Amino acid sequence: MLEYARWKYFLIAAVLALGLLFALPNVFGQDPALQLAHADHSAVTSAETHVVTSFLQQRKIPFRRAYVQNGRLIVRFANVPDQLRGSDAIDGQFKKQYISAKTLVPRTPGWLRALGLKPMPLGLDLSGGLDLLYQVDIKSAVRQILQTYTQDASRALADAKVPVAGIADVAIDGSALPNTIQITLAPNANLATAQRALADPLRGLTINTSTGSGGALIQATMPAAKILARENYAIEQNISILRNRANQLGVSEPKVERQGNDRIDVQLPGVQNMAEVKHLLGQTATLEFHLNDMENNAFEAQQSGNVPLGDKLYTDTSMGIPVLLKREVIATGDQLTNATVGQSQQGPAVNITLDSRAGESMLRTTKQNVGKQMGVVLITKHTETRKVDGKQVTRQVTTEKVINDATIDGVFADRFQISGLTLGEAQDLAILLRSGSFVTPISLVSENIIGPSLGAANIHMGMMALIIGMAGVLMFMALYYKVFGLVADAVLVANVVLLTALLSMMHASLSLPGIAGIILTVGIAVDANVLIYERIREELRKGVTPQAAIRAGFEKAFSAIADSNVTTAIAGLVLWIFGTGAIRGFAVVLTLGIATSMFTSLMGSRAVVTLMYGGRRKIARLHI
Amino acid sequence: MEFFSHQTNFQFMATRKVWFGLSIVLMIASFVLLFTRGLNLAIDFTGGVTVQATFPTSADLSAVRQKVAAAGFSDAVVEYVGTSRTIAVRLPPEPHQTSTQLRTRMENALKQVNSGATVQSLSVVGPQVGSQLEKSAGWALAFTLLFIFLYIAWRFHTWRLSLGAILAVLHDPILVLGFFALTQISFDLNVVAAVLAVIGYSLNDTVVVFDRIRERFEGNRRLAPNVVLDQAINQTLSRTIMTKVVTSIVVVALLVLGGPVLRGFSAALLIGILAGTYSSIYISSAIALECGLTAEHIFPSARKAAADELP
Repeated sequence: MLEYARWKYFLIAAVLALGLLFALPNVFGQDPALQLAHADHSAVTSAETHVVTSFLQQRKIPFRRAYVQNGRLIVRFANVPDQLRGSDAIDGQFKKQYISAKTLVPRTPGWLRALGLKPMPLGLDLSGGLDLLYQVDIKSAVRQILQTYTQDASRALADAKVPVAGIADVAIDGSALPNTIQITLAPNANLATAQRALADPLRGLTINTSTGSGGALIQATMPAAKILARENYAIEQNISILRNRANQLGVSEPKVERQGNDRIDVQLPGVQNMAEVKHLLGQTATLEFHLNDMENNAFEAQQSGNVPLGDKLYTDTSMGIPVLLKREVIATGDQLTNATVGQSQQGPAVNITLDSRAGESMLRTTKQNVGKQMGVVLITKHTETRKVDGKQVTRQVTTEKVINDATIDGVFADRFQISGLTLGEAQDLAILLRSGSFVTPISLVSENIIGPSLGAANIHMGMMALIIGMAGVLMFMALYYKVFGLVADAVLVANVVLLTALLSMMHASLSLPGIAGIILTVGIAVDANVLIYERIREELRKGVTPQAAIRAGFEKAFSAIADSNVTTAIAGLVLWIFGTGAIRGFAVVLTLGIATSMFTSLMGSRAVVTLMYGGRRKIARLHI
Repeated sequence: MEFFSHQTNFQFMATRKVWFGLSIVLMIASFVLLFTRGLNLAIDFTGGVTVQATFPTSADLSAVRQKVAAAGFSDAVVEYVGTSRTIAVRLPPEPHQTSTQLRTRMENALKQVNSGATVQSLSVVGPQVGSQLEKSAGWALAFTLLFIFLYIAWRFHTWRLSLGAILAVLHDPILVLGFFALTQISFDLNVVAAVLAVIGYSLNDTVVVFDRIRERFEGNRRLAPNVVLDQAINQTLSRTIMTKVVTSIVVVALLVLGGPVLRGFSAALLIGILAGTYSSIYISSAIALECGLTAEHIFPSARKAAADELP
């Protein structure tokens, strides 16, 4: 008699059912589609759907469906050529109204979507799109903050009237880059006065003082943790800027993520117009702080068109109302050293830090203007390419808008809060302020563009290899192990289902190396079955009864299966951790595939075999 | 159906010096090839150039390929991007030319296909990407070997088997690299992933043999180690061959049907699997034997038990 615990059957059945459910959305495929969004992020109405569809009908471009989803208009096409024709036509006709993006929309039926089930998103090599890899110049970020300290220190010493012989940035303690400010005082300088003057501007730095023959030497070193924090800040800042801009492209699912130590990877599925996107992502932004003109009415100025002398008329983007600001600049964005989300008594706020010069200017202004309002203007510059009379014309576009306008509550200098915001507003404002402040330079180190037809071809080839490879394995197993081979085949199919389900649950994007990983998993998953069956054959040759052979086969093969899979999983996990991009995609599939194949071969195949042979008292021979 | 209807009884250990010799010759050959011919590194490692161009009407890709080659751009990859009027030409790095010169040359070549062709963008991929990749691949390899050494030493109680596994596992990727140097198949990021995966699969076989060695020693601790090792390899032989046949089926499917992107990847896997099968049969256990492996190393308690039996 062979026995297998009843709860294990239930567990296997439950896992399989769940696996089938999660894997199901992947079988429906995807439609090439166009996604149209308003440039200002306002929702597209269903009335507009009609305008676009009748335009497409008039141009005789066939499409499947058009509907509004999440404030964006989605137009589905049957194939890529239709999508491309539709894209060209819509871009020509509606260029001003919409930002259009090519995308793939899953054909998953409504009831599955209602359950929140989604297919695996396709990687850029399968969907087509633009992949940009930027390198952040973290060295210049560190250099910049050291320069700010140096300026502050020399100003503080000048204010305290301490004579200085020299001040320089040096690298000490084996640092590759300057990490220390070295101040040499004049021989007649008072060291104690200098130390007192420097206490505030050099706060947070490790200070060493030595007295030499010429004059006292003060070394202020940035701690390694501070340098690391500055580097991380430089990368986070660039990530938020790039993510902000990528979102403005109207791309369906842009991905902006850190890669390794100092790289940022930007993936834009469906995007093909490389030059334009690079310009948009590379646009520069800066900030200015201005006082409001409280004596004149902004609405009047807007209506009459007469802007008072010394003022400039803006529109407050958050309120949608006109604002009159004085032209005099209190501080600019490149003087802003940090902006973070914080808490005030009135709720979420943005904490702002300015450098000392801007701090002084802010102090002077706020002293005289408590109770008045101050506006923050965001100025963005980017190049725009437009077709004029059939020719490509590139021009520089500058937009200026007031992103925040708030009352000055008290006197402040280089550190202050902007309060009265919701958490979301505070987060947005912090990002905007950071993106307008000193931006650590980034450079494009690699770019990759994959056309949608190439992506479709890649999917086709990957799927063909998967189907043919799997069919070969299934046939071979059935031939070689007969009935047991068919059990192994069922287990293999279950393994692919479970692996697909796991990948869909993790929302891991599927790339060509990922498909290769699945195919390979099919080959590897066989191994556990082969180990078990070869063991059963061995036991049978020894002359034991079929049932004893089955039991011994499963039990004795266990340690070999476990140890060999753990060692393979070690290699997979290391690849997962160290790999990026395609390599990581492959490693994820490989590692998960080992886990699912252990489950299906050890538990699943044992359950099936026990079901087949367990009930019978006597078995004449095994078909293995 | 069975490959071996009876238990085989090959004398693997007796001839181990021959196989060591063969492996050393193959590895030396691989190193020589790597240093003389080198790898045909892909754009991932070396950096390179991408040109995007538009045509007034649909572009004829084969005509474009011909004219681009005639203009002196070797190894150019030409494909459609977005519409059939837009093409991308990918080139290996051209260090001696500025991007303006490249652009002019490319534009002239494309204008011979269609006078209205214009280059939309040209971008140069910096080689710094590659150097970072090499570094992280090196670390991945080092960590894989370290963890596997520790795991086997822990599970089998002896460094001798660990060393055998690690040396066998290093042997396989070296042969794969030698193969790539010999054939000059483009060596890209996917191939790196395949080479590291080969380590995992090669180990898989080795560990199955080790598991059987452990079991044989457990059954009879007085048997000579070389006899036990031969038995273990023979008893797992049909499984080793069977698994490799099945894995080869899927890898060959990938090689033939997977398209150009996966060609190098599947070739690396196929060579790696062959080398892995060989090394797990002939090399890994033999090294452990050379290191003086006995039953006592795997079952430390056996030492005490043997002492107890003394009068």
